[in-house]
Amino acid sequence: MTAETAKKPAPEADENRVVNESGIEIKTLYTAKDVVESGGVDASLPGKPPFTRGIHGEMYRKRPWTMRQYTGFANAADTNERFHYLIRNGQTGLNVAFDLATQCGYDSDAPEALGEVGRVGMAVDTLKDFEIAFDGIDLDKITVSLTINGSAAILIAMYLAMAEKRGYDTKSLRGTAQNDILKEFIGRGTWIYPVDASMKLVADTIEYCAHNAPKYSPVSVCGYHIRESGASPAEEMAYAFCIAKAYMDDVLKRGLDVDEFAGRLSFNFNIFGNLFEQVAKFRAARRLWGKIVLEEYGATNPKSGWMRMIAGGGGFGLTIQQPENNIMRGAYYALVAALSGAQTMALCCYDEAYTIPTPKAQKLSLRTMQLLIEEIGLTDTVDPLGGSYYIETLTNQMEQKMIDIMAQVDREGGIVKSVSEGRIQSHVSQQAYEHQRDIQSGAFPKVGVNRYVDEDDGEEQHDVELHPYDEAGAQAQVDALHKVKAERDEAAVQAALAKLREDAQADRNVMPALMEAVKAYATVGEMSDTMVEVFGRYQEPIRF
Amino acid sequence: MGRKIKVLIAKPGLDGHDVGAKVVVRALADAGFEVLYTGLHQTPETIAAEARDEDVDVIGLSILSGSHIPLCRKLKELLAGDGLDEKLWIVGGNIPAQDREALNEIGVDGVFPTGTDLDEIANFIREKVA
Repeated sequence: MTAETAKKPAPEADENRVVNESGIEIKTLYTAKDVVESGGVDASLPGKPPFTRGIHGEMYRKRPWTMRQYTGFANAADTNERFHYLIRNGQTGLNVAFDLATQCGYDSDAPEALGEVGRVGMAVDTLKDFEIAFDGIDLDKITVSLTINGSAAILIAMYLAMAEKRGYDTKSLRGTAQNDILKEFIGRGTWIYPVDASMKLVADTIEYCAHNAPKYSPVSVCGYHIRESGASPAEEMAYAFCIAKAYMDDVLKRGLDVDEFAGRLSFNFNIFGNLFEQVAKFRAARRLWGKIVLEEYGATNPKSGWMRMIAGGGGFGLTIQQPENNIMRGAYYALVAALSGAQTMALCCYDEAYTIPTPKAQKLSLRTMQLLIEEIGLTDTVDPLGGSYYIETLTNQMEQKMIDIMAQVDREGGIVKSVSEGRIQSHVSQQAYEHQRDIQSGAFPKVGVNRYVDEDDGEEQHDVELHPYDEAGAQAQVDALHKVKAERDEAAVQAALAKLREDAQADRNVMPALMEAVKAYATVGEMSDTMVEVFGRYQEPIRF
Repeated sequence: MGRKIKVLIAKPGLDGHDVGAKVVVRALADAGFEVLYTGLHQTPETIAAEARDEDVDVIGLSILSGSHIPLCRKLKELLAGDGLDEKLWIVGGNIPAQDREALNEIGVDGVFPTGTDLDEIANFIREKVA
């Protein structure tokens, strides 16, 4: 890959030169002339295509962004308690973290799950865990986002089955699953099946939801983790759009109309970095996505072209050093997300570089967002930075960058090929390396790391409360799993798994079989292993 | 000139955070080492086998999920069984200060938490292996 790299000024260049991370040179002053020369004035209104200024006409005047902190640890009961704590404190959505065994398709008693049960998120083995986790939560009022990818098809089925069992009509059920597997191959790494089979499963979930849960968002395409892995802000959006298009193309091949599903695709983007570059990035991306869906794909429902997004996180921007500085960083990230028209925010907590956030840290993040809504005036008017010569020029320039990067991916055979061959991974990891070198040399400023460093900045000094791993809790999860397995109708489980195997082999949509299997209390590991038998397991290309 | 110092960088467990591991691979390669990278989702068994088969001088683990203690305990048994426990063993990632002593007791020679200067890792290896 020779794509856009964040270009630093050469040593001999003018010391006053400023270049943003996407490689755009920033001028000392912008005027109306710059807007015209960079592509012209965008006179579109919010709520109208191509949605540069926002997907809704009234934006936060009508409803502030949803506050959805990433939460989950130990078991379903502990997580349920934390959910209720957050809701009591004014949180308006849930964003569920799962442990790595669940994310990678292993049961809590699998050898691969050793030391992992309930560690970085909630452990899930069967439908029983979902029944406990969402107990007492009104799923019509509080929408739930499942941060799950490799085993997303299984967990979406589990969520729909849980809701059905509680009497909700899945036709009107809202919610989101992350379910963006292509980015897992680039960053984050919780893949299970090979690329083609993984793509098939994503298309299965989109197709199934289009018919059975049309208000549910089965995919949240993530630029977030690609950025964390070393991509520039412009690359983050360009790669995410290439990925979203790859999913759309697969679903269109199944005979669905673009308007049947495009409006339910959502996005998850990163926020750390230069404030103006981020705001321009989101405005440009919203316009570009609107044009892609409505013009290139010919969608007729304007809503199909909405770039709905969750933003606010930016783990890579946070530092181990002087962790309290992360509270301020989080506040600025929330400000950026609000200025950018995010539908949902999930702020990284200040202690996340160390541990699973404490309730206090989560409450601070919530209060940060609430301050913006209640005290600072961020919900008063739509797209408050729109019309700034600088922002409008940068929006035009960022859009062009994204278009160029997407064209380059296409020239190289498309995103699926680039990811399968490990080329995107190699490119972003090279940039991550260069970035790390720049932080070490001080070329890239980082407060508390290469500027204003505290003397004797040993971690021992920091007042961060670590979240302990609960060995007994992990054993209790295993015991609970064995109890469910002992009590369930084994014949029904085996029949459902046989149907799942058959449908996977015949290349049919596996979602109906998964629905039957989860309702019979088949385990995540059983369903995942059944599909691994048919699809195989992904082999990671090692390329530097 | 003897052969280059050979380093295995491995990702044990299910943790998918590989930015740091890949940064270290590039840094060590630039510093003149021969570097092998396992990729994600490795078990202690596959790591021990690769260390043995490739006859590496250094075994480096990158762990950000918090499960460094159980994973290192397991790997220690396997390395001892294969007579590899004299190899230089380093661990990086999200390692709380309070766990470093425990890792040293298990047999880890050097712990390099997130944010460590890359040259520090290279210098440590040079000093200990040479």
